[in-house]
This record gives sequence, C-alpha cells and structure tokens, in this order.
Amino acid sequence: MTEQRKKLIQVQDLTVKFGSRRHSFTAVDNVSFHIYQGETFGLVGESGSGKTTIGRSIIRIHPTAGGKILFDGKQINGPIPRQLDQEVTRRIQMIFQDPMSSLNERAKVDYIVSEGLHAGHHGLTAAQRREKVAKALSDVGLLPEFASRFPHEFSGGQRQRIGIARALIMEPDFIIADEPISALDVSIRAQVLNLLSRLQKERGLTYLFIAHDLSVVRFICDRIAVIHKGKLVELAESEELFARPLHPYTRALLSAIPQPDPIAERKKTLLVYDPACHDYTPDNPPAWQEAFPGHYVLASQKELDAWQKLS
Amino acid sequence: MGETEKNVILSVKDLNVKFTLRGQVLHAIRGVSLDVYQGESIAIVGESGSGKSVFVKCAMGLLDANGSITGGSIRYGDQELTQYQTDADWLKIRGREIAMVFQDPMTSLNPLKSIGKQIQEAVELHQGLKGPAARQAVLEVLADVGIDDAARRYKQYPHEFSGGMRQRVVIAIALACRPKILICDEPTTALDVTIQAQILELIKAMQKKYNLTTIYITHDLGVVANVAHRIAVMYAGDIVEVGSCDEVFYDPKHPYTWALLSSLPQLGVKNEPLYAIQGTPPNLFHEIKGDAFAPRNPQALKIDFLERPPMFDVSPTHKARTWLLDPRAPKVEPPAHIRSLSQRGGLSHD
Ligand SMILES: Nc1ncnc2c1ncn2[C@@H]1O[C@H](COP(=O)(O)OP(=O)(O)OP(=O)(O)O)[C@@H](O)[C@H]1O
Ligand SMILES: Nc1ncnc2c1ncn2[C@@H]1O[C@H](COP(=O)(O)OP(=O)(O)OP(=O)(O)O)[C@@H](O)[C@H]1O
Ligand SMILES: [Mg+2]
Ligand SMILES: [Mg+2]
Repeated sequence: MTEQRKKLIQVQDLTVKFGSRRHSFTAVDNVSFHIYQGETFGLVGESGSGKTTIGRSIIRIHPTAGGKILFDGKQINGPIPRQLDQEVTRRIQMIFQDPMSSLNERAKVDYIVSEGLHAGHHGLTAAQRREKVAKALSDVGLLPEFASRFPHEFSGGQRQRIGIARALIMEPDFIIADEPISALDVSIRAQVLNLLSRLQKERGLTYLFIAHDLSVVRFICDRIAVIHKGKLVELAESEELFARPLHPYTRALLSAIPQPDPIAERKKTLLVYDPACHDYTPDNPPAWQEAFPGHYVLASQKELDAWQKLS
Repeated sequence: MGETEKNVILSVKDLNVKFTLRGQVLHAIRGVSLDVYQGESIAIVGESGSGKSVFVKCAMGLLDANGSITGGSIRYGDQELTQYQTDADWLKIRGREIAMVFQDPMTSLNPLKSIGKQIQEAVELHQGLKGPAARQAVLEVLADVGIDDAARRYKQYPHEFSGGMRQRVVIAIALACRPKILICDEPTTALDVTIQAQILELIKAMQKKYNLTTIYITHDLGVVANVAHRIAVMYAGDIVEVGSCDEVFYDPKHPYTWALLSSLPQLGVKNEPLYAIQGTPPNLFHEIKGDAFAPRNPQALKIDFLERPPMFDVSPTHKARTWLLDPRAPKVEPPAHIRSLSQRGGLSHD
C-alpha cells in the first residue's frame, strides 16, 4: 500500500556544511528520507543535531554541500530556474523556531501576516487581504484587533501564533513546522494541532514537524525520524518507534520524556546514551538498515542481529 | 522543605500592572499576591498571555516602557522593589540577587560578542576570577550545561549556535552570577528531553548547593511535575489556584485548572481532535467582571458572571479563587479525567 503513495519530498544523501573550507563543520551528514503527500513526518533529536538546518535547506536558505532534495519530483537544491524558485516559495512555507527574531519588529502584525500575499501575484483587494488576515489570526486563537499591534507587544505564545498565521495564510502544500508550538499553553497547543490536522484533511497538506515535545510528536506524526549529530539513527511509524525503540539514543530520548504526573516523575529512571557503546570497526561498520518492515535503524550487523533478537 | 522553617524571600501583595497602547489601557496583572519561600521551587503555569512573564519582569525592573506598576507591593528582604526608580537601583538586584533566563535566548545574548566572552564577563564580575582562571571557569560552565568541544565553542558567536545551545548559554550565564533567586521563563522548551533532564538536574543541584530559590514558568506540565514543590496557576492576569505540586496535579479545584489538565496531548486519541478550551481568553483592554474564566466554563454558576470570587482555602497550602469552594455553592463534579487523577494521587477527600 505504501508503495503507491506519492512522495512529495525526497531527501537523498543530504549533506550541509558550515564554515570555511579549512574549518568546515558538517551539520547534516548524508541524511535520506522521504515524506508522502498528506503525511505528517516528525523529526526529533538532540539539540544542535541539524533539524533546523535540514528545514532551511529545503526552503533554500542554506546551500547544500551534497545530495539531492526533490519536491514533487523536481530537484530544488542547487541552481534552479527562477520559475521553480517562485513555485517553491509559494508552495513551501516554514514556521520558524525563534518567534522573536523571526518577526520584523518594526512592522505591524497585519503586515507581517500578509507579507507573502504582497509579494506574489495574488490579485487581492485590500479588503480581501484584511479579511484573510482576520481569518488567519482567529484560526490560531488570536483576536482580529491584534492586527494593528507590533510584535513586541505580545506574549511569547502570541508571537509564535503570529508566525503560524503567516505561514497558513499562503495556503501552501507543504509546511515545515520548526518547534511551532513550544511556547503555547497546552490548550492553545491542542487548538493549533487540531487546526493543523483539519487543514491536512481538507487540503491534503503535508508537514515536516520538528519538535522536542515527544508526547505531541507521538500524537500528531505518522512516521518519526530520530537524528543525532547530523545523522539519522532511526526511522519508523510513530507507534512502532515508541513500542520498539532500537537505537540506544532513541531509547535514551524516550526514557527522558517528562510525564505530567509527579508520582511517575519521582519514579523515573533515565537511560543515558554513551556513543562509546557501539563496537564499530572497519569490518563491523554501521549502516542504515531495515530492522523490521518500515522500521530503519543505523546499526552494525552485530547490533542489528542482537536488537532483532531482543524485540 | 520543612513546613515550620519557611522563610519568605519574595513577597508580592495585590500587584497591578497596566500597559498603555496608543491611548488604550491593558490591565495585564490584576491584583496578584504570592509569597515565595527561600530554597523552594515554584512553577507558574497558565494560559498564554495571562501575565506570567510580565509578573516576573516586575521583580527585575524589566517592564517595557509602556507598562507600569499601578498598585501593590513587591518585597525582597527589607527592600520595596516597587519603589525602585533608576537603573542604578536595579543593578543592585539584577543578576546578583535575582537572575532571569528569558523565554527567547536571542534577546539576552549580544550577537556581536563571542559566547565565551559573554560568560566570562559574568564570571569575572560575580565570582571575582581573572584571566586564565576565569577562562577555565567558563569552559567548566559550558561543560556543565552539556556543550561539547567547549574550547571551539568559546570562540563562536550566538548565530553559530542552534536554538537549544543558545538557551544553555543563557542558563550558564545566569548560574555563573550565583543569584539568590533564579527565574526561568520557559528555560528548556528549546532543548531535547535528554539535555532538558540534564539542565533540570543541574539547576536542582545548584539549588541544593547554594539554597537557591527557583521560579519556573513553563507550559510543559511534565517539567512542572519534575521540578516544582509548589504550583501557581494563572489566568487573565490573576493567580486562580496555588498549592503543592501534588495538590494541584491530583486535587485541582479551579475549573480553569481542570480544563488545562484535560488538554494534555497524552490524553489524545490519534486521528481525533484533542480537548481544547472553547472560546478565546478575555480581552484585557476591557474591565473583567466576575470570574474571568466564566464565559469559557460550561459549568459556570450565575454568580461567576457577577462577582469576582475570593481566594478560598482548601488546605493550609492550597488555595483557589472559585465560587465552587463557597459553602453555599451547588456541588459541581469535575470532569472524569480529573476525578481519576485524584484517585491516582490518593488525595480524594470524598
Ligand atoms: N549559520 C551557522 N553557522 C555556523 N554553524 C551553524 C549555523 N547554523 C547552525 N549551525 C550549526 O549546525 C548545527 C546544527 O544546528 P541546527 O540549528 O540545525 O540544530 P537543531 O537540530 O535545529 O537544534 P535545536 O533543537 O537546538 O534547534 C549546530 O552545531 C549549529 O551550531
Ligand atoms: N509591551 C507591551 N505592551 C502591551 N501589552 C503587552 C506588552 N507586553 C505584554 N503585553 C500583554 O500583557 C499580557 C501578558 O503578557 P505576558 O508576556 O506576561 O504573557 P505570558 O503569560 O508570559 O504568556 P506566554 O505563555 O505566551 O509567554 C498579554 O496579553 C500581552 O499581550
Ligand atoms: Mg532548531
Ligand atoms: Mg511569557
């Protein structure tokens, strides 16, 4: 069944580097995954492991050092025709992680939210645009009156929602949501998640969902990839990943999820990931392998055999 | 924390804060009172926009220019902080007595200075170290907050760090100042859960070692369950419930707290909408009558729309501002999920 589904995004052997040639630093190292049309794909992992960098490479902010990114079958990294560049700008939107620094402090919310509509040839009248802004604001639980205020006059969670409204108003096909709900209280968070799911059902939207809150990721994502120091270490359907985590980093990550339950928190035992636990050698190297149907992991043959036996 | 030897380190009484915006007045804090005890860890949770950040900014003299304290008092030791006027006054407190880790790390870092320099300044100023000793201390602090390869990272600038790494630097700077009170506004939302656990342990260790008092603001109720001795719940510029961690989690009394605990993603069923509170938070430009949560509370009583409820005592440590606690109130059952919580906590009274 999964074979027939259309792959909207394909990332193949993606490598991204920072710094000069002499002091270069590989932030994303040979990463491959694809996202089906209409799917919510989660990317979780260590802070500083390259999640945002992957998102920014897809929307062409960061140049890639190697590999390919395909959108709807067409390569979109490296030099591309202007028309395709415009198409990418219109059809892919990113909700940025840092709500404070990603909003133009001197513009009013009205302008910030509708900025993308000014740029394209959307042929809207001022009244239609205002109406769209009001709708986008109320979708994310903000009052339409807020349109005439400046970003610094809002709380952290209100600013984050301005960033979400700004992406939704463009009616994109694919949204990269980088920590879109981290500053929201649980009720507004639920409201925004419900909105994202509804839009997905109505418009067939596809999401790349980057977040540290694994309870939310588990709830909203169809499949989840786990990244550590620029490399994918595991990828599986959400419930499969939570039921049967294989890689020791994934296990450590899942053991650390804070539970909203003081009794459980007092009893909790943390697993710690020590990269030295792998016995990788030139004749026992790690490779990206399918451990169970649709469940991939970075492992040496020895590790894979052991993990398959355990589960 | 022994019940008997509780010292109040920060005492807030009937605080009111207003913002003026192009001729209109927004009443952001509406008569909040809270005592913070020395050495405790208190978490402030609640609706986005309910005034949590504004509340703690008052204790640091960091209100935006269009805002002012219009009533009430904030006592720290023998000092009345609402009387402070100048930056010189505040510099006695800020950083060295009360330090704050902000929600948005970029706003507290200087983009033009290397990370190492910024931490080193704090170390030199507050720990009296100089030269190589100060540098060594910086490298240790970086390692404490889980940043590898500290020598290379020392020379880098904020934009070369990921979101979560910047947050850890801000925490490192705050801790290097050795404050009496550490206020953390969403300290760990930008961090993965393993680093988050590590940072929370670090703060707890500092708390024990230096008898540090911590005030956490966070939406992550899992973090709250882990770190808090006490919890204050805010809604629309007011504290509506306050109690020990177990009291608020397992025996909540205010309908807003009920709704909050019912919205957790852990309770969600895949492919079905999550529970979310209906309606929008009140517009703080308008005067609020009665219980601010009433219009969104399907079980609201008539009086909730008419008169602001007083704080009722539930136990010596637990208070809530809801008419449901009035002896004359009809019995209103909390939602099923909340009832199952009380059983779990073994705190059920009936
Ligand atoms: N503009 C840049 N210049 C140099 N290094 C950078 C730049 N942007 C990111 N990096 C580095 O690349 C790595 C990956 O950063 P990225 O922001 O992608 O992490 P992340 O997974 O999104 O982390 P977080 O969860 O903390 O947001 C980090 O080591 C970071 O220091
Ligand atoms: N400079 C300002 N001018 C006008 N209104 C402001 C200003 N700063 C904050 N506010 C308003 O004051 C209220 C309280 O804001 P605050 O930042 O304390 O919320 P919060 O509880 O910290 O929310 P969050 O969880 O989203 O961070 C909000 O309604 C906000 O819009
Ligand atoms: Mg990031
Ligand atoms: Mg805030």
